[in-house]
Amino acid sequence: MDMADNDMAGIINEQAQRLFEGTVTRDQLTAADNGDFQATLWAQVGEAGLPLALLLEEAGGIALDPVQAFELIRSAAYYAVPLPLGETMLVAALLNEASEGPASLAHGQAGQASRVPYGQACSRVLVENNNGWRVFERDQITGEAGRNLAGEPRDALHLQGDGRSVERPQWLGDEGLAAVGALLRAVQMSGAMRRALDLGVAHATERKQFGRPIAAFQAVQHMLADAAVQVASASAIADNAAQAWGKEDFVVRAALAKVRTGEAASLVARVTHQVHAAMGITQEHSLHFYTRRLWSWRDEFGSDAYWAEWIGQAVCKRGGAALWPSLVAATS
Amino acid sequence: MGTFDFQNVVLPAAAEQARHDIRAFLQAELDAGRFKPHRCSWTSFDRDFSRRLGEAGFIGVTWPERYGGKDASTLTRLVITEELLAAGSPCGAHWIADRQSGPQILRHGSQRARDEILPRIARGECFFGIGMSEPNAGSDLAAVRTKASKVDGGWRIDGQKIWTTNAHQVTYMIVLARTGDAGPDRHGGLTQFIVALDSDGIDVRGISDMAGNHEFNEVFFDNCFVPDDMMVGNEGEGWTMVTGELAFERSGPDRFLSDYQLLATLVDEIGPEPDRGQAQAIGRMVAQLASLRRMSVSVAGLLDKGEQPTVQAALVKEMGTTFEQSLPEIARTIAPTEPTLLSDDRYVGALAETVLRAPSFSLRGGTREILKSMIARGLGLR
Ligand SMILES: Cc1cc2nc3c(=O)[nH]c(=O)nc-3n(C[C@H](O)[C@H](O)[C@H](O)COP(=O)(O)OP(=O)(O)OC[C@H]3O[C@@H](n4cnc5c(N)ncnc54)[C@H](O)[C@@H]3O)c2cc1C
Repeated sequence: MDMADNDMAGIINEQAQRLFEGTVTRDQLTAADNGDFQATLWAQVGEAGLPLALLLEEAGGIALDPVQAFELIRSAAYYAVPLPLGETMLVAALLNEASEGPASLAHGQAGQASRVPYGQACSRVLVENNNGWRVFERDQITGEAGRNLAGEPRDALHLQGDGRSVERPQWLGDEGLAAVGALLRAVQMSGAMRRALDLGVAHATERKQFGRPIAAFQAVQHMLADAAVQVASASAIADNAAQAWGKEDFVVRAALAKVRTGEAASLVARVTHQVHAAMGITQEHSLHFYTRRLWSWRDEFGSDAYWAEWIGQAVCKRGGAALWPSLVAATS
Repeated sequence: MGTFDFQNVVLPAAAEQARHDIRAFLQAELDAGRFKPHRCSWTSFDRDFSRRLGEAGFIGVTWPERYGGKDASTLTRLVITEELLAAGSPCGAHWIADRQSGPQILRHGSQRARDEILPRIARGECFFGIGMSEPNAGSDLAAVRTKASKVDGGWRIDGQKIWTTNAHQVTYMIVLARTGDAGPDRHGGLTQFIVALDSDGIDVRGISDMAGNHEFNEVFFDNCFVPDDMMVGNEGEGWTMVTGELAFERSGPDRFLSDYQLLATLVDEIGPEPDRGQAQAIGRMVAQLASLRRMSVSVAGLLDKGEQPTVQAALVKEMGTTFEQSLPEIARTIAPTEPTLLSDDRYVGALAETVLRAPSFSLRGGTREILKSMIARGLGLR
């Protein structure tokens, strides 16, 4: 990345933040919760070029550095943007081709794919099965609506025909789309938990009890400090994996990221609800837009337990002496 | 938001070269049977090991050559320290001098202190202790009462320090003493002095810890003379210096790798076919360690640029010591044994050592509660 690229990334990121902050309203989030696809917002996000962030320039993309591209996904999660922005961005990069509309990724078998993020709203779905990758377009997709805890579409799709066969990149190893999705959700969790923490800090300084802001109580300060530690750790490990997009050790880094951010998500959600108390569990307060996402995302594309087992198996197979050098390699 | 930024730092080629070199040095030490990895950590005092390390050029590497250093970056030092810790080497003798006393002297010491002391630290011949805590000044460090009074050509120190690690076997300690009025913020009137432990008027009394080790001490000062040029910085600047030192003290790999050998031996104890619970527990610990390493390298990058990332350092120490303390608890859950210091088994020995050391992880260098309060301040809560 030279200076100009860095500036470019900065500009896009700033634009994206402004867009999210200015346009993602409570009403939109609530409407999305009820199953309405936010088409206007999607159009705005598309106009800003965000789904093209990771796509190569010769394919019509912006080709940001992966860490910067994933930063956009983190920002979107910070505002709970109710769109498959990350999915679309990653599918475009993996296929080296932009899609007309939203795109998604999933595992599928025998013409079926379950719990596909925003599946029914998508113009393209990248499906992984035992034989490889296949791409299905709008007219080959029908389905039934499903939801995660945050109300995000996780649809059951029927896929007509064989789809178009595409090559599965080597760097995704045996794990394939599971690893891609794991990092996507890890990065999103790092963004959503940052927002939950910010809400917690704001609430603690505003809410008064016993004649002073609850932030004055050390018990409250220390809870939020615990959450801050987790937020910092989650961002660091997610960046560690984003940086390896397209590289040999991507899968292990994505696994590390999903484990750590999943654990962190649980703690941050618990703490921020404790700080908000009753107000925090109401529809009216916006905390739940973030915590319900955290509780969903931590279990999607393999839970922290799933990936922890995967890492643990690999570590034990190689033995204690190999652990340190491989840890250094996976975090450099 | 700046508080939580842990930017990626790419280690320069020189740092990776240092990793190669220190690994070769450690392998040679191991091959010669000079230390037992599962029994050591940065609190193991072995002056011969430190001397060999110094001779090989691995101490004080960030200092200028004229003081025995190599003008290397903070990142090179980080690589050396993390490799020393991961290998379970007995690197405790020179640890404090290399980590904080030396850098303090380099920045704030007199010319004589730099010329006379730094090269000896770098050679692994001269070790340091930290004289901050007192019986009535623990977390509340500003309450120190040890007094330094001006006399002809220097200062006279009277008072008492406690918990001074290695005071019975180091050459010098840096003493934080009261030289004037505390002022309204209680942080004024404190000054640091380099005190040679063989000076007249010093009495060191050992304190045994619960593991039966003699690591820390009480140190009594009775009319102990310190020459003017052994003052560190200016009179009254002690507080600023002590707090400035903390980012170095808190963010390093010694805050999450003290018991790394327990993790390594645990993996071998479990063997290549872990059950589900064992694999998950190992995977979680490795993921925590991975994020800690990432954060620690990032803080080193900021220190290298001359910044003072105090809150980031507190975040690393808090997460690191929590991780270190959880390790023996998880180990005993997934690979049960009855720990004993008398065992020759590597895993059992490492577990026994760690169980007994673990409580200190979240005490020394600032307690968990103090760190959380610093983080809360960084969040704008206080
Ligand atoms: C192994 C070891 C080695 C050490 N080596 C050295 C050394 O070489 N040199 C040196 O100077 N010191 C050394 N120390 C001392 C260490 O710095 C102190 O133990 C530490 O600062 C805490 O002080 P204290 O033990 O007096 O505990 P106290 O300050 O009395 O604290 C007792 C408890 O109260 C809590 N507490 C205190 N104040 C607050 C507050 N404001 N808010 C919330 N909770 C609070 C603490 O967190 C702790 O849980 C060492 C300690 C250990 C354990």
